[in-house]
Parts: sequence; structure tokens; C-alpha cells
Amino acid sequence: MVRIIGFLVGLGFVGVLVISLFTDLSGYFNEPPQESAEYKYHLEPKEVDFSSDGPFGRFDDAQLQRGYQVYREVCAACHGLQYVAFRNLEEIGYTPEQVKSLAANEWEVPTIDPELGEETTRAAIPSDTFPNPYPNAIAARAANNNAYPPDLSLIVKAREGGAPYIYSLLTGYQEPSKKLLAEFPSAAPGTGLYHNPYFANLNIAMPPPITSDGQVTYGEGAPEATVEQMAKDVTAFLIWTAEPRMESRKRAGIAILIFLSIATLLAFLAYRNVWAEAKRQVAPKGPLDPENMAKREQAKAEAAEEGRGVEG
Amino acid sequence: MSFAWAKPYEPKTALGQWVDERLPLPRLVYGAVGGGYPVPRNLNYAWNFGVLAGVFLMIQIITGIVLAMHYYASVDGAFASIEHIMRDVNAGWFLRYAHANGASFFFIVVYIHIFRGLFYGSYKAPRELVWMLGLVVYLLMMATAFMGYVLPWGQMSYWGAQVITGFFSAFPVVGEPLRVWLLGGFAPDQAAITRFFSLHYLLPFVIAGVVILKTWALHIPGSSNPTGVDVKTEKDTLPFHPFYTAKDGWFILLVLMAYVTVTFFMPNALGHADNYIEANPLATPAHIVPEWYFWPFYAILRAFTVDFIIPAKLWGVVAMFSSILLLFFLPWLDRSPVRSGHYRPLFKLFFWIFVADIVLLAICGVMPAEQPWVALSQIGTAYYFAHFLIILPIISKIETPLPLPSSISASVLHGEAEESAPYGLAKSQPANA
Amino acid sequence: MATLEQSETTAEQEDGVRRRDFINIAAVSFAGVGGVAAVAPLVMQMAPDADVRALASIEVDVSKIEKGQAIKTSWRKQPVFIRNLTEEEIAQADAVPLSALRDKETLKERTASGKENWLITLGVCTHLGCVPLGVGEGENRGDYGGYFCPCHGSHYDTAGRIRKGPAPTNLVVPEFEFTSDTVVRIG
Repeated sequence: MVRIIGFLVGLGFVGVLVISLFTDLSGYFNEPPQESAEYKYHLEPKEVDFSSDGPFGRFDDAQLQRGYQVYREVCAACHGLQYVAFRNLEEIGYTPEQVKSLAANEWEVPTIDPELGEETTRAAIPSDTFPNPYPNAIAARAANNNAYPPDLSLIVKAREGGAPYIYSLLTGYQEPSKKLLAEFPSAAPGTGLYHNPYFANLNIAMPPPITSDGQVTYGEGAPEATVEQMAKDVTAFLIWTAEPRMESRKRAGIAILIFLSIATLLAFLAYRNVWAEAKRQVAPKGPLDPENMAKREQAKAEAAEEGRGVEG
Repeated sequence: MSFAWAKPYEPKTALGQWVDERLPLPRLVYGAVGGGYPVPRNLNYAWNFGVLAGVFLMIQIITGIVLAMHYYASVDGAFASIEHIMRDVNAGWFLRYAHANGASFFFIVVYIHIFRGLFYGSYKAPRELVWMLGLVVYLLMMATAFMGYVLPWGQMSYWGAQVITGFFSAFPVVGEPLRVWLLGGFAPDQAAITRFFSLHYLLPFVIAGVVILKTWALHIPGSSNPTGVDVKTEKDTLPFHPFYTAKDGWFILLVLMAYVTVTFFMPNALGHADNYIEANPLATPAHIVPEWYFWPFYAILRAFTVDFIIPAKLWGVVAMFSSILLLFFLPWLDRSPVRSGHYRPLFKLFFWIFVADIVLLAICGVMPAEQPWVALSQIGTAYYFAHFLIILPIISKIETPLPLPSSISASVLHGEAEESAPYGLAKSQPANA
Repeated sequence: MATLEQSETTAEQEDGVRRRDFINIAAVSFAGVGGVAAVAPLVMQMAPDADVRALASIEVDVSKIEKGQAIKTSWRKQPVFIRNLTEEEIAQADAVPLSALRDKETLKERTASGKENWLITLGVCTHLGCVPLGVGEGENRGDYGGYFCPCHGSHYDTAGRIRKGPAPTNLVVPEFEFTSDTVVRIG
């Protein structure tokens, strides 16, 4: 009974699927879907290396500090960093005193006036998180042509392609190619949009943020502040803001793997030992089989008589 | 419990005896996973995954309990509390990554366990209830995993909740009220996140309960084995401890190494970037996909595109639920008396086609709903149902199985290296002295 | 196969038994150590988080507190009392002989030198953690004119020292420092 019902149910599902298949295929061949501009002209992120890549990757503190500088001078006008606190900057090589003065001198955070209860601002302290540049999402959209500048704390983890994508986006602004415009005239960037082939739909609302070499003045001993260098530095900084515990994670991972490989090897040897017992029990063809032992004994005795050794 | 030669528990210490006389818990454990449980001696490594699933259930419960100490089940606080765990809680990043990847490993292990059962006919008499309880565990796991994925309240969490509860709205009349009841609102919101958290905390303990029932049911006939031949004499078995504890022990450590590698070096590889964006009820991500362990079912859901008698959406939902529910009838769909796929040449062929089909469905599930993926998912789905409902019943009628070994130990005797290979099929001839 | 002598076989087996035991014990103890180590993060996660630890010091402007007044502020989520003592209160506190005290401390020891009028204590009764009265205008300040804990009736004097009732020690003075004449950093 189960099989008869099952058979009919199975035929039912298969039948509907066959109908679906033919309907879809005939639709596909009668009206082939049109290729879109983003499908043809979207580019995969550029190849770019960071010191934090790989299982032994470490952050480069000097680079992260330069990246922080780029963030503060360029990105912070529109993008927040709400999950990062100033105290976290100690992790990228600033001393507690530096963090304190940097928070107090460079940042203002919203607060409530303790006497009047009104909204106001005060100098930041290390335990504050980075302030949002806009009081709310509506204000952010109003100031940016209805495009919302996302918070950057997690941006590297929140975008397919990760850090290389962020770097490519920052350095990828260009004029749309003539070929693209000839093929898809509607792909030309509209007002307030900028062509960027690394962005999903090719037109991004963010104006090119890093436009010229030397836009940010790096301190002494730093590499030249080229557009690529600044983009790379700020991307490295954003890798850190997205995953500040990465170094301890990788370090712990290596230690645990070393421990586990020894433990696994020992456990495997123990397993072999335990099972040697069981295998002897059911391996009557082995050298320890009583029958074989007897044979060997006999062979040895014969060999002794004939005065030669025996191969076991 | 199961066999006459199972050793009864003998307390070694006075304290052990004192406890055993009052609360026979030591006796229970000894009979379940100790020297008192005789297990077929020819189990291969596919039999390690049941215990492994238990290990991952424990890892999930433990990491989950400590994560719940830091998580806020609130629309405004959930996403921020996850970031708080990742940044400020001591070892919080470890606990969260261990829990998120632990879920994936739990599913990997359970899928291997299920496929082992399918190949070796573990669902057949007298183990039908073991199989069915296992399916209950699997369904509970899927519910738990889905609700857990909603908790971080990222974009994928939110839209996953929206889409999956949307399944229920496919049912006529009761569908939409049912969906609204499940969510406690018209869209996922505070009510949904709070109840999902509550149930996500509860269900793992229900799973643990069902696992105990399943283990109990398993211990009545005892474990199956690669030959599918019943245990006949004491020679066919070994006590669980120390033989299988040793075998499980080292294999658990080996799998933990893979788990640690993923958790510590590519913790987000199995996740989705969009879930690091806080939920936004006004904008759906461009390409939404469930977690990898749901991909085949997602492909089945999307394979139905034609309103044939009932709407396509309802076909998809019914097919998706049926694809799991039909497994409950598997013991009666496949009537072949031979359990192990090793002795069933035709079954073996279709089994591997079925495995390939599941892989195909998984790929279709993650791809966008475009050709050729739609067509492939339709073919894959048709095979899925045909395999269980049409092919298996027919095979079990027409197939001539290979000769079975007379006993487990006879199958073992012909060579240690291929202890699990069937009698007569081993590559090497019996070893000679 | 190697040549086997009967006696060698026996010897090997015995050796083997010892080596086997050793490996089994090593494997089990190694796994045990790993299990114990895995408990560490589960225990550690309950300790205060990094953001809680970051709030461990606060700065308070005390310029608005008149003589004889006190304010309540919060440090590490615990109440802190900051009192501007009057001359009489200081005199009253200094007049008490140490022998009359349960927890022998002078007012000088409990305040910053040169700023003996600023009494800064945790507002946590040392008995069982209630918040004593005496900060607000008109609150019961106990028999000794300091603070009074209503839970179990502990009386503190003008220097915040326990004088009567079940509390074992004086109100705790947190670590503090005047960063300027009017700003005190606690913690």
C-alpha cells in the first residue's frame, strides 16, 4: 500500500516537474533573457595582498595608523565606525596617552548636558565609540542625495570579496568605456552617480573619496601617499576594524592545531594498540595463530635437524 | 542489553557498588557505551559519525549556553550584542565562531551519518524506529539551525525568517494566519526574535532527549554493520569499550582538527557576507540564499514554476516538506531483505546517482534562479522523488543480490585490510601464512 | 617476515604490553589536558568585558558642591558619595579617639592631604551592600551625623566610619586623585 501511494505521489511530482521544465525551457528559447550591463561589464576585485592575509598573518601597526589617518581625514565626514571604541586604538600601537589626547582633540561625541538635559557634544574619551557623522539615517540620506553611507566597522566582512573589493572600489573610479555606452546607453552614470566597474551595478553614489596623491599628509618614514597607498592603508585599517581579534584568533588556532595533532597521533596509536588484541582474536592466519605456531615449531625442529635457519 | 553474552556491570570499587545499588546509573552507562554493549567487530569509519554527531551536539549546547549569557534578543540590540561578543567579551570571538561553525560541522557529520544509513540499509527492520527517531532529530536540527541563524539579526537572518515563514503562507486559507501567528506580527520583528531565541535555546535539549530515545532503540537490536548480516555469535562482536571508544576517540580528534582549522582560519567561509549588515526591513539583499545545509531543499522549493491545479508556490512548499517526510516511509519503500548496499549491485549504482543528485541540487540551490540552474534543479528534484518513490521499490523487486557471508566473523576472516568489504568482493585473497 | 624465536616473541609481547599501556595512558591524559584547557574560555567569558573594564575610571567636577552637601555619582555601576565636610564635621570626626572605633582609621587617612574636607566613599554598606541614607537633604544621617543604612541599621560617622550596627568595616574609600582643584578622578 505504501509503495502504491508512494509510486503515484512520485509520478505526480515528476509530472509537474516535467511540465515546469518544458514550460521554462520553451520560455527561455522563445524569449532569451537579455544580458545586462552589470553582467557583462562588472569586474572582479583586483589582486592585492595585505600583511594580515594567511594563517600567520599579522597586522602592520604603522599601516593601520596611516589607515586611521586616512579614515579620519577622508572617510569620517560621511561614514561612522560605531562598533570601534577609541580605546581599541591602543591595539594598533598607540599608547594610552596618545589615545586619550587623540580622542579628546580630534573627536566630539554627542552627550546630554548634565545641568540642562539638552543634547550637546563633548570631547571624546577612550571608552567612547567613534561617533556617527549624522544623527540618524534620514539625516544621512538627506545630506547624500538619498544614498546612505554605510557604517564602516564591518564593511570588509559585509561585502562579498572582502578587503580586495574595498580596495578595488576605492581605486576603481573611471570614465565608462565607449564600448559600454554604445552597447548600453542607459548604463551611463546619472546625476550624483559615478561609474565604477567594481560596484555591483556599475554606478555608485559615493563620489571618488581618494582623488589625488598626497591628499593625506603622512608623517616621516611613511611611504609616499599615492592614491593606491592610501587606499591600501585605509583598507588595512578596515580589515582591523572588522576583525580586531584576528591576530589572537590565528595564534590560538596554530597552538590548538599543534596540540591536537599530537593528541590525534597518540590516540591513533592507542587505538592501534587496543585493536591489535581484537585482530589477533580473528586472525587465525597470522603468525601468532596456534596452528601456525605449531607449524613453525615443527619447521624449526626440522631445520635444526638439517642445520639451517628458517624463514618465519 | 541486546545479546546473551553482553557482560553485566560489575562494580570495581565499594563506592561504585554503593551507588549502583541505589541508582544504577553506572550500570546504564556501562551497558550503553561501556564494556557491556557488544558491537559488530567489522564496523568501518562510516560508523563513527553517530558518536561524532553527539560530540557536536554537546559543543553546540555548551557554546550556546555561554553565548546566551551575552546575547540580547532584541531588534535594536541583537546585532550590536553579537559585535560586543566578537570584540569585548573575553574569548567571545572564539565562542561565537565555534558555535556558528559548529552548526555547519554538526550538519556535515549528520549528513554523512544519514548517507551511511541509506547505503547500508540501516533503516530496515528491526531498526525502523532508530531511523525515524533520527529523522525527528534531523527535523529538529533544521528548525534549531534556522532559528539560530535569525538571532544575529543581520540581513540574511531577517530575510531568511521572512522567506521561511513565508512557506506557510503558501497553504490555502490557513496559510497567512499561520504565518502571522508564527511571527507574532506581519513581518519578523521583536516578537519573532524573542520566541526564536526561546525555542532556539529549548530545542537542543529536546534533540538530546530524542537522541537518548534513539540510542535506547538502537541498543535493542544492536548496531548494524557493513555486511548487513545479523550478529550470530560472540565471535561477531567486540565490547564497545575499549574497542570502539578507542576508535571513536582518535577519529573525534581528527575531525576536531578540521573543525579547528575552519573555526580559526576561515571562520566566515561557510557564512554569508550580507549577515554582517544589520537587518533592514526595507531592502532585500540582491541574492539571498540559505545556509549551505539547506541548499538542496531550497533548490526543490524553487524547482516548481508552473501553476498546475495548485499554485507553483504551494507545489514547491509541499515538495520540500515531502522530500523529508517521505524518508519516514523508506523502510517500507525499499523492501529488499538485503541491508548492505555492497551486495546490491543495482541499488549501489542508483545510490551513487542519488548522491550526485544531492550535490547537483545543492549547487542549484546556491545559484541564482536563472537557466540552466532552474532546469537542472527540476531534473534533480524529479530524480530525488523518483529515486525514493519509484526506483527503490522497483529495484527491490527485480534485483538479484550477491551472496552474503555466512557471518560477520567469516567476512572479517578473509583479510584485515578489507574488514568491511563484502565477502567475495575483496580485492585481495585471504592471507596465507 | 622476520625470523621468530619463541623466547623473543614472549619478550616482545611483554615489552609490547608496557609500551601499549604507556601510549594509552599518554593518549587519555593528553585528551584530558585538552578538555580542561577547553574549559578556560568558558570560564573566562564570565569575567568583566573589555568595555566594562574601560569604564573603570571617571572624572567628577566637584566645584558645585557646597560645604555640608554631598552628591551621589556612579563609578563602575556602584554609587559613590562625595561629601564636602563642614569644619564642625571635621572637628567632630577628629575628636573621636581611635580606640572607640571598630575599624581604626583617621579622617586624614581617608582623605587627600590638603583636601580633608572632601570625603569620597563608595555608597555601599559594608554589611550586605545596601546604599546608606544621608546624601539627600533631610535624609536620616544616623546617630553619628554621617550615613545611616536602613537595611540593618548601621550608623556611620562624619568620616564614613562604622560606629554602630552590624557592618564590619568603614565605608570603602576608592582610589581617587584630584586632577585639578575642582576635578577628581575616581578609579
